[in-house]
Amino acid sequence: MTEAVQADHRRPADSAPAAPDRDLMSKFDALIAERQALLDSGVTDPFSIVMDAVKSPTEAVIRGKDTILLGTYNYMGMTFDPDVIRAGKDALDQFGSGTNGSRMLNGTFRDHMGVEQALRDFYGMAGAIVFSTGYMANLGMISTLAGKGEYVILDADSHASIYDGCKQGVAEIVRFRHNSVEDLDKRLGRLPADAGKLVVLEGVYSMVGDIAPLKEMVAASKKHGAMVLVDEAHSMGFFGANGRGVYEEQGLEGQVDFVVGTFSKSVGTVGGFCVSDHPKFEAIRLACRPYIFTASLPPSVVATAETSVRKLMHAHGKREQLWKNARRLHGGLVQMGFRLGTETPDSAIVAVMLEDQEQAVAMWQTLLDRGLYVNMARPPATPMGTYLLRCSLCAEHSDAQIDAVLAMFRAAGEATGVLPG
Amino acid sequence: MSDRQATFDKVAELIAPFNKKGVTLTEATSFQHDLEWDSLTVMDFVAAIEDEFDILITMNMQAEIETVGQLVDAVEKLKQTRD
Repeated sequence: MTEAVQADHRRPADSAPAAPDRDLMSKFDALIAERQALLDSGVTDPFSIVMDAVKSPTEAVIRGKDTILLGTYNYMGMTFDPDVIRAGKDALDQFGSGTNGSRMLNGTFRDHMGVEQALRDFYGMAGAIVFSTGYMANLGMISTLAGKGEYVILDADSHASIYDGCKQGVAEIVRFRHNSVEDLDKRLGRLPADAGKLVVLEGVYSMVGDIAPLKEMVAASKKHGAMVLVDEAHSMGFFGANGRGVYEEQGLEGQVDFVVGTFSKSVGTVGGFCVSDHPKFEAIRLACRPYIFTASLPPSVVATAETSVRKLMHAHGKREQLWKNARRLHGGLVQMGFRLGTETPDSAIVAVMLEDQEQAVAMWQTLLDRGLYVNMARPPATPMGTYLLRCSLCAEHSDAQIDAVLAMFRAAGEATGVLPG
Repeated sequence: MSDRQATFDKVAELIAPFNKKGVTLTEATSFQHDLEWDSLTVMDFVAAIEDEFDILITMNMQAEIETVGQLVDAVEKLKQTRD
């Protein structure tokens, strides 16, 4: 019966439908043509990578080849931590595979409460709310906090989830030049003094890996009576004495109203969250549509997150190794003559800047063929005209792996003409 | 010269550095289709307009402004609100 049903749904090879000349899908014709042109040039589609097997936080099999992973956000290498995996397995056995429902109704299990407590402990804050992804955390927090007649002020290089949170809400939106304290201050100064204002910042900007001058930006925000939300997705675990993020590193504890983060990077699973010391923070649960009208995370996921967050509190050795790896990679690439997105190793992201899409694809493909996976980024994920290869380091990368990575970059750079031969 | 004409002239002056194709400006000139500006160019231009007139044009307002004429009208209105 099962086979018969499957067979009924298979489409005969000769019956592929022909697209009409024009319909709602026509607006994507330019995108389809651009992708096809890329594939016709003989390269692998950079956005269709399949991990056939994952051997460790830093190694996978891609297209049958052992490959070093330098394009994941697994900064602290928690995905294969034995305690984390055991917690997930136990939760699967005890609570089943899914929750089926929203946190508001039948979707809150023991481990949702557990991971929220772990976050309170990690950040030393009174309030923690978990969302189903980091994207949902930004979507929910920004659209719920800023209402009609109020303002959201955001950095021009903000992540798509921040822009989408603005679109989802009804507040007035004002953006300022990337990392410009002066521009932020000027725009805040033009807003009505008595209107509600939310300034949204990121600790680490993910495309280039640069960090925000949060100290000055938070000061400017407070001067104008704005609340501050900082997305610390790309800093959790290894910035600040307790791994809380760039805001902790810059001595801003007690001055940031909301911190948003994710479980899909240093924590090594999936989910998003917001922590806050605001006494009315719990009211967000009652008003936030991306929290209320979506299914909660599976118990195995929140159990792994809780264990991982608690272990990150004490992961001092991993933090040191991650920073050491970042410095070695950044320094090595600079020495070879590559142009990087930041002058110094500001974060665990090292971006190699390239001239155009052809050069970026050629470098990316050559590295992949040699056994190194990095991210290729292009507009609209990057600003207009910016093409780069983004390397994300992991605390589990060994010295030998970083040496191998540098050797592959040198060879690929020379083979593609990015470096003089 | 009317206030509106003066505003149009100033807007045209501020568009000039971003008018890479040398498009002749009219009330109906479209920022997206005629001038073909990307998102970052829009931000730089809007910042220049805001600084010149000491006003604030939110992204919500920007979404409604498609032509030079509509921008001039919006600037005139915002100047009155400011004053």
